[in-house]
Amino acid sequence: MGELRLMKGNEAIAEAAIRAGCDGYFGYPITPQSEVLEYLMAEKPYETTGMVVLQAESEVAAINMLYGGAGTGKMVMTSSSSPGISLMQEGISYMAGTQLPALLVNIVRGGPGLGTIQPSQADYFQSVKGGGHGDYHIIVYAPASVQEMADFVKLGFDAAFKYRTPVMILSDGAIGQMMEKVYLDDPIPRRGDEEVITQCPWASTGRPMTREHNILTSLDLDPAGQERLNLRLQEKYREIEEKEVKFEMLDCEDAEYLLVAFGLSARICQKAMQLARDKGIKVGLFRPITLFPFPKKEIRKIGEKVKGMLVVEMNAGQMIEDVQLSVGCNIPIEHYGRFGGIIPTPDEVVRVLEEKIIGG
Amino acid sequence: MEEKFAHPELRTPENLVYKRTDLLVDCPLSYCPGCGHGVAHRMLMEVLEEKEIASKTIGISPVGCSVLAYDFLNIDMLGAAHGRAPALATAIKRLWPSRYVFTYQGDGDLAAIGTAETIHACNRGENFTIIFINNGIYGMTGGQMAPTTLPGMRSSTSPYGRDTDIMGYPLKITELIAQLPGTYYVTRQSVHTPAAVRKTKKALRKAFDCQDLGKGISFVEIVSNCNSGWKMTPVQSNKWMEENMFPYYPIGDIKVDGELIEKLK
Amino acid sequence: MAKIKGDIVVNIERCKGCEVCIAACPFMCIAMSEEVNSKGYLFAIKVNDDCTGCSNCALVCPDGVITVYRAKVTVE
Repeated sequence: MGELRLMKGNEAIAEAAIRAGCDGYFGYPITPQSEVLEYLMAEKPYETTGMVVLQAESEVAAINMLYGGAGTGKMVMTSSSSPGISLMQEGISYMAGTQLPALLVNIVRGGPGLGTIQPSQADYFQSVKGGGHGDYHIIVYAPASVQEMADFVKLGFDAAFKYRTPVMILSDGAIGQMMEKVYLDDPIPRRGDEEVITQCPWASTGRPMTREHNILTSLDLDPAGQERLNLRLQEKYREIEEKEVKFEMLDCEDAEYLLVAFGLSARICQKAMQLARDKGIKVGLFRPITLFPFPKKEIRKIGEKVKGMLVVEMNAGQMIEDVQLSVGCNIPIEHYGRFGGIIPTPDEVVRVLEEKIIGG
Repeated sequence: MEEKFAHPELRTPENLVYKRTDLLVDCPLSYCPGCGHGVAHRMLMEVLEEKEIASKTIGISPVGCSVLAYDFLNIDMLGAAHGRAPALATAIKRLWPSRYVFTYQGDGDLAAIGTAETIHACNRGENFTIIFINNGIYGMTGGQMAPTTLPGMRSSTSPYGRDTDIMGYPLKITELIAQLPGTYYVTRQSVHTPAAVRKTKKALRKAFDCQDLGKGISFVEIVSNCNSGWKMTPVQSNKWMEENMFPYYPIGDIKVDGELIEKLK
Repeated sequence: MAKIKGDIVVNIERCKGCEVCIAACPFMCIAMSEEVNSKGYLFAIKVNDDCTGCSNCALVCPDGVITVYRAKVTVE
């Protein structure tokens, strides 16, 4: 069944959330992602599925609404763009420390500071290396199409609850704003309160006298206790790295050279790959779909077969650090990036591939 | 001496007139001797017990002295980031309309770092209870100046007294939020005498009853002492509070059933 | 003659010796001990027989350490 529609990436996220049985969305307007909140307010899911939609007074409030909602076992999400996500970092750290499931969407724009409203991938470090204070990670999915914007909502919620962790969809202003056809799954009904209580025995839902009271906090004044929490978190991240890696490889079988890119850059690289192959260059594309966990082993393996890699990002060189750490330094690995809202063209990518990797 | 005036024959269940409620966890409170937090905690739990809603209540503790309130209140709790309790409560009450939800916050938490969350939750007319402990100082971090520190009052960051020319004025946030249409019941109480404790309990009961009506925020400020921060004995601090805090923060109802009390209009 | 008589039980180990109960007692029934509990605090003790079980001490006690009993007793 399902349904085929032409939608903006931001709208697809909102519609997918309703259909995934999301219980609550809390957000604050910021370009280029305001359509998520606008779409939800227009759809009024609170009248149909009972999903709460609330415009908060700030991103700080929005993320703490998420923290509250997640702490009661409900399926909650927010969306924002780079400066707003920066404001949310404290709350994300709290949720990681308290081990709460939630879905975050970052429709990245160029920075630093107020930056620009044009697309960028400059929040890679912030997303995959922690972002807020303390030793933590969140799972990060990087969609490269409107279809994946929709698909990763359900995927994200599932992972969030499986591992009790915040999960982020790291997209950008271009995918958020562009329209593509998208296949939408049939709606899943929201869980009832009793179902939430059964599924999330850790949640603060009101203490029946048959169990101890649930306390959700990241505070432990005893350093031994705090270390134990940190060890538990690290154990969880290792498990996530073991089980949740997602990536895509295109035309890698005979590839002599490799383009490595995520999200929008990977879309651009698909075209660049065609142009390069038309010129007789045997090039493949490796696209990490999860940025944390990063597909370390998989890229190391293919790194043994190719002569060089060009990492294409809309930033000054962030994911390339993970590529270099994974592959080692036996082959040339170079970076090509445009920033501040400029999107690289496929021609540029081919030219740089020829100059830096093949000719280099 | 104690033995001499003890009357074990009176200590029977039918003669029992007052005991600490079992809704408080059986452990020592982390508060300083004489601190009002303990009484505020107990009155809160007595209200939940008498209203028989403990199993349907979700509480949110702040950052500050009462950060560990979740260890003492034997109900489901969440610990918020500094100042953000009303944001948590907003989501929880909306996602669980069948639950009673309260935040328990100090003056720094509610009236400084969390001012935006406080005012907007009140202005949206959220349907939960805010319990605001105002002792005019940052207790936990060691006695720094709070938004509610009185003019001339000494603290570790106003060691020569709060100079309003430099440090601004104490914030009467309770009067401020009472002006908002989203608040339904706003009152200021204290817990330093038996009569005051009884009134505070009545106020808390009314605040939770308000959640049954669904007409907006119920807000109970409790002016309290911080004898450690004020550098006094507990008994002296209660007297000082009456003489200095009450003139600035007058005790009594400010808004009842959505109507401001006449004198404030 | 019937008379109201009260008694209090202080949880000595939980008492922090703040003395707020002393100020609240209308009959001056409470004073501080001379020895200390295991935490090093003086603790509240009953020092006369005038207690009526009014519960004022227990109400203002921040740590909730006072349990109060009250009964009508006949005195000659």
